[in-house]
Amino acid sequence: MITPKELAKKIQKQEAFASGGRWCAGCAFPMIVRTILAAAGENVVVSNATGCLEVTSTIYPYTSWGVPWIHNTFENAAATLSGAEAAYDFIQKQDEKNLPKFGKELKNKKVKFVAFGGDGGTYDIGLQSLSGALERGDDFVYVCYDNGAYMNTGNQRSSASPLGSSTTTAPAGKEHLGKEELRKDLLKIALAHNIPYVAQGAVHDLIDLYNKAEKAFSKKGPAVIDVLSPCVNWKIAPGTTMEISRIAANTCFWPLYEVDEGKYKITYKPSKKLKVEEFLKPQGRFKHLFKNAKGKKIIEKTQKEVDRRWEELQELEIFTNRK
Amino acid sequence: MAKNNKNILPLTGSQAVAEAMRQINPGVVAMYPITPQTPIVETFAKYHSDGLVDTEIIRVESEHSAMSAVLGASASGVRSMTATSSNGLELMHEVVAATPGMRLPVVMPVVNRAVSSPINIHCDHSDSMACRDLGWIQIFSETAQEAYENTLLALRLSEKCLFPSMVMQDGFITSHSVENVEIFSDSKIRKFIGKYTPKNPLLNLDKPLTYGPLELTDYYFETKFQEAEGFECIIDEYTKIGKELSEVTGNNYPLFEGYKIKDAEAILIVLSSSAGTAKEVVEKYRKEGKKVGILKPKLFRPFPYKEIYKAISHAKVIGVMDRSMSRGAFPPLASDIKIAINTHKEGKKIPDVASYVFGLGGRDLFKKDIESIFDSLLNNKYNITKIDYIGVRK
Repeated sequence: MITPKELAKKIQKQEAFASGGRWCAGCAFPMIVRTILAAAGENVVVSNATGCLEVTSTIYPYTSWGVPWIHNTFENAAATLSGAEAAYDFIQKQDEKNLPKFGKELKNKKVKFVAFGGDGGTYDIGLQSLSGALERGDDFVYVCYDNGAYMNTGNQRSSASPLGSSTTTAPAGKEHLGKEELRKDLLKIALAHNIPYVAQGAVHDLIDLYNKAEKAFSKKGPAVIDVLSPCVNWKIAPGTTMEISRIAANTCFWPLYEVDEGKYKITYKPSKKLKVEEFLKPQGRFKHLFKNAKGKKIIEKTQKEVDRRWEELQELEIFTNRK
Repeated sequence: MAKNNKNILPLTGSQAVAEAMRQINPGVVAMYPITPQTPIVETFAKYHSDGLVDTEIIRVESEHSAMSAVLGASASGVRSMTATSSNGLELMHEVVAATPGMRLPVVMPVVNRAVSSPINIHCDHSDSMACRDLGWIQIFSETAQEAYENTLLALRLSEKCLFPSMVMQDGFITSHSVENVEIFSDSKIRKFIGKYTPKNPLLNLDKPLTYGPLELTDYYFETKFQEAEGFECIIDEYTKIGKELSEVTGNNYPLFEGYKIKDAEAILIVLSSSAGTAKEVVEKYRKEGKKVGILKPKLFRPFPYKEIYKAISHAKVIGVMDRSMSRGAFPPLASDIKIAINTHKEGKKIPDVASYVFGLGGRDLFKKDIESIFDSLLNNKYNITKIDYIGVRK
């Protein structure tokens, strides 16, 4: 297990992703990306779905990326990375004498492949491409920085948006109180491909995230990590990113867990499980829920769903670890 | 099999293209089935299973992912191919458009098929015509032999000019018909193809590159302008590389094929397999003393406006047969021919151009159809302001 000091040193040292890009103040993904890349090691190739991260880190002629990086289109970060990985595999098979210079240097070097996508690019438009790559067993780590809506284009509803959240395409009004459906369970879908590793992390616990990333990269085959990435479009103050993320874990709205070779492990169990209201209340995107009885019902439904999933997770942990 | 020491095999157009792919031995091939392209990837998959190629095959879940994976592989620095048809090409359209922006030399055989709806599996050129403005080199093939050789030529051309290529053949008519195809020796073809040294491989760990950044109002236009400039060398390079390939095959690789056009009064312009049918009609009419000829464009993007103008400017009238349409406008080939003539006339009298649409959804084209077009051209019974639809119940 890495200590906070060691991790801080590692994150500061790595030059794969520079600071000072054009993301919003208070954005969580720079910390997520730097932590993941610290775990990836020196030789890493990054594929990036269209989204906040891609847009704010590569405004030509500048780039934040100190490692090979490719952005193709919105929905195909996984398939694009499959192509890069296949090219790498082909080069590994060749006689050195037949390879151009870069190939000679690449041969026998262990390279890690990682894709980053937001929840729009992962849960929604990129799900098919991701499913294809998971089913093929490609050797890569897919990281979703999950801010619960299409934030790059200004907060439109995605299938990761929480129940009751107000987005510009499902706004809170007199008749409809924001999103009327529950979140999609991405990791269950990923697990249905029988892949070696999935995990849920959050930006406030980088040690936990680093450990998960390290494990993910150590697997032969695909791994998926879904990371809570609080966003100013939640209508929170930029300085409260870490705090809101911590509350998400303490309310069990966002449990921290992993499924390693089929075994569930909850990596953080709050000593006192807070009510989900504590997570919803500080965020402007939920403020309409606190105004009337209809809103109250949505909060109750959210609590019920959080409880159900938390119970299920605990049972799965017991069940999958039985002797 | 061997005839005059030539390796002549009975092959379909699909198998002939798969032979070219075997000889290329790409680093990565992404495959997804779609009629009538499927036999290309099936044949190639069999070669792979039998150890004849050491390609990494990615069996994707859609054409969109096929093109995405091929883009990723090509950017990474290995030769990368896929093949498609019709709705498959439409589904991958977004990534087809993204590929030339990264100047990636992907080569993609396209087996031309009608596009939905209604769904139809048979030949027309609507699929690749919908991609003609996306920055891909487009080469049309009349026969299985041409499809085979054009694939090899396209590879070199793409790698030289850093643009992707589509190599077309007609769905079923060419892709599923068996012809005698001469397959040239692996050693000679591999020598022609050469080893591949990518310009800016993503997998060069020593020189990390950012592929596919965001360019806004300040840079995007320059990137597109560079593509326009980059396209300018393709016609010359096509000819040069064609000459090199001639030394291996003994065949010629003109920008277009002119068949009895030198003294022709009426010239019919048509792509791909239909040119074969049209040539037979020319034979018949020539015997009757009628001065008719055929021009079959091969390189369609970039379009050799000047060269084609020079070849047809002496004619009285030109008939252009398109196997696709552009609702509310002249179809693609007719439009290009009209532009060619009007751009290069330099004040001279120019031939009339009559536009015909035929064969949509695989509707058969008969010799009598071509005869009736020639008759109308020769007897001044055409209307240059309208499109005539051939072989349709009106």
